[in-house]
Amino acid sequence: MRIHIKNGRLIDPRNDIDEILDVYVVDGRIAAIGNAPAGFVATDVIDASGLIVAPGLIELAARLREPGFEYMATLESEMDAAVAGGITSLACPPDTDPPLDEPGLVEMLKHRAKNLHQARLYPVAALTTGLKGCELTEMAELVEAGCVAFSQADAPLTDTRVLYRAMQYAATFDFSVWLRPQDSFLARDGVAHDGEVATRCGLPAIPVCAETIALATMLSLARETGVKLHICRLSSAAGVEMIRLAKQQGLDVTCDVSINHVHLSEMDIGFFDPNCRLNPPLRSLRDRAALRAGLLDGTIDAICTNHAPVDEDEKQLPFAEAESGATGLELLLPLLLKWARQDKITLSDALARVTLRPAQVLGLDAGHLGIGAAADICVFDPDMYWLVEPSALKSQGKNTPFTGQEVQGKVRYTLVDGQIVYQSKEPELRIEQANDE
Amino acid sequence: MNNPQLNEYGELQHLLTTEGLPVRIMLDILDRASTFLEAADEGREIRKVPLLHGKSIFNIFFENSTRTRTTFEIAAKRLSADVVNLNIGSSSTSKGETLLDTVDNLCAMHADMFVVRHSQSGAAHLIARHVAPEIHVINAGDGRHAHPTQALLDMFTIRHYKKEFHNLRVAIVGDVLHSRVARSQIHALTTLGVPEVRVIAPKTLLPTMVANLGVQVYHDMAKGLKDVDVVLMLRLQNERMQGALLPSGQEYFKNYGLTEEKLAYARSDAIVMHPGPMNRGIEIDSRVADGAQSVILSQVTFGIAVRMAVMSILAGNNK
Repeated sequence: MRIHIKNGRLIDPRNDIDEILDVYVVDGRIAAIGNAPAGFVATDVIDASGLIVAPGLIELAARLREPGFEYMATLESEMDAAVAGGITSLACPPDTDPPLDEPGLVEMLKHRAKNLHQARLYPVAALTTGLKGCELTEMAELVEAGCVAFSQADAPLTDTRVLYRAMQYAATFDFSVWLRPQDSFLARDGVAHDGEVATRCGLPAIPVCAETIALATMLSLARETGVKLHICRLSSAAGVEMIRLAKQQGLDVTCDVSINHVHLSEMDIGFFDPNCRLNPPLRSLRDRAALRAGLLDGTIDAICTNHAPVDEDEKQLPFAEAESGATGLELLLPLLLKWARQDKITLSDALARVTLRPAQVLGLDAGHLGIGAAADICVFDPDMYWLVEPSALKSQGKNTPFTGQEVQGKVRYTLVDGQIVYQSKEPELRIEQANDE
Repeated sequence: MNNPQLNEYGELQHLLTTEGLPVRIMLDILDRASTFLEAADEGREIRKVPLLHGKSIFNIFFENSTRTRTTFEIAAKRLSADVVNLNIGSSSTSKGETLLDTVDNLCAMHADMFVVRHSQSGAAHLIARHVAPEIHVINAGDGRHAHPTQALLDMFTIRHYKKEFHNLRVAIVGDVLHSRVARSQIHALTTLGVPEVRVIAPKTLLPTMVANLGVQVYHDMAKGLKDVDVVLMLRLQNERMQGALLPSGQEYFKNYGLTEEKLAYARSDAIVMHPGPMNRGIEIDSRVADGAQSVILSQVTFGIAVRMAVMSILAGNNK
């Protein structure tokens, strides 16, 4: 298959490209940029006039709910959602049932994902058996089976000696450990940020120190063990400052933030909106500003969706009883573009946070469109508005805090390995283009 | 954000919280409650009226309560409504039925009004969002969030004894963190123009941002009660001793229990209130609870009139 993507605005953060350039794909790889390679005859031509051609997005936290929670979502539904959102690679956390703690499970998941021929799947395996925080998983075996990192997902690891040894062991083989910082004692029963809204609404609260205390432990142990540490879902201003300092001191640490936390705060809970019941909790406006500042100065490396499809019934409950999580795969791009507009960031810089940087966190040579790279490409219309409503989403999870909002930016084509795995079907109401023609 | 307890005409559709409840509606409720109290007997007796004749009111209590449920039941009966009491804590939900399934079933039985108590903050809002527009929801206590009829009966009691709100100093004493009563009292007092609302408690029993609710924070009874006109005591649940919030009931009583000595810091004509049920010897001394300044039993009587007022106003707002 030879694809010619013509007249698009090519944005490739790694190669510092942002101009109208054609892209030529041969046998699943980027064969040429700008001018066609000798003897190139296209089998498919994508007219990307008025569209942006970018590396496929790379997602660091997509819960696919398989195995074990198929009533919430399936591999099929969420892979569909991923490519519809322009996501070509995704890492999935190990909090399935059973958890991803043995090679067979990982192989099965990878195999099933591969057969779907959609996005690439990078499972993150459990750091401890059953995510119970007691015994180490067979890390080397799990990596051989295709895992890219080790994590506790949202499960607590209270025994610091186990964490210390897990990091030592991972560091032995240069494996990455991904952790979400939250002290389980301070967060116990909590469902909202310990701030104005929890005070007003009478919601059990999670103080910021639940994040900073866990973070201090993780950073200390990472210094001690030399492990490659990735901090997941930073939520507070104090947390951002600690990472900033650790990086200044030369610690090998990366971190991400969920796009929800870039846009929302505790105030969005309003009158107990269960769509805003998220993990970590949405914090104050001040925290949100600090997260954005952390993105700007590079303290925070990547933006993720923290995609967590939830069964509708489990959201129709009083706030504290409602399942936490929101669907996000199809909203990452428009919400990223919204952030870029609001904070006056170039498209290239914004896209780097969901392409190049997460690829670096994953340790992959991906997230760019250099010659010879795998042709994982997202072609999107940056201007098109669409309404976020449950029926518009392919994900089986229909709950999102952005329901009912109009967002800007829609994926038109997604390519993985040079194959068109998604093509938007709507008779797009691209008014600008209609006028041009 | 729309105020979920008002209809499109700005009238009361549900009573969910005192937060954001307009002053005119609060005063309307208090005034209506006054009319239900027979003037002849110094405002102590309540007439039976046919205002809710033919209406069905469902008291759905997902959390045990005898007192509140009984006063709602009496209020509904004095308005000539048909009343059904359901203690769901011990039936449906334990069989796996969800909260909204239960509500749907009761709607199918042609309920006109729900009086809801639930252990989770926000439960009444959830139900109010869910029901058909002709059904009214009264929050009879949701988790730590709100207990608006209790706060309104407290306001009624304060107005009964103090006449005005704009010249008062009011202290709320005790476990504000876990108290839906305190939150509703604070919003009601500040809305009605009380210039100084204080909370007095150890730091473990105060929400982090309580000062943002418009109150002054005290940790010391002598300072906090100084020159106040009204003392609102809160109930202290026994389980607070377990969560490392307090060392013991005795130590709490020594520091924060309302005794005659501590009450002497308040104005000599200060009134003492308590939402009940009281823990004598924990948050309040019997001599104060039964003393001349206590208006605790009046609160109970007024509570019926205030709940009648809320129900009759809601029933009158059917469009």
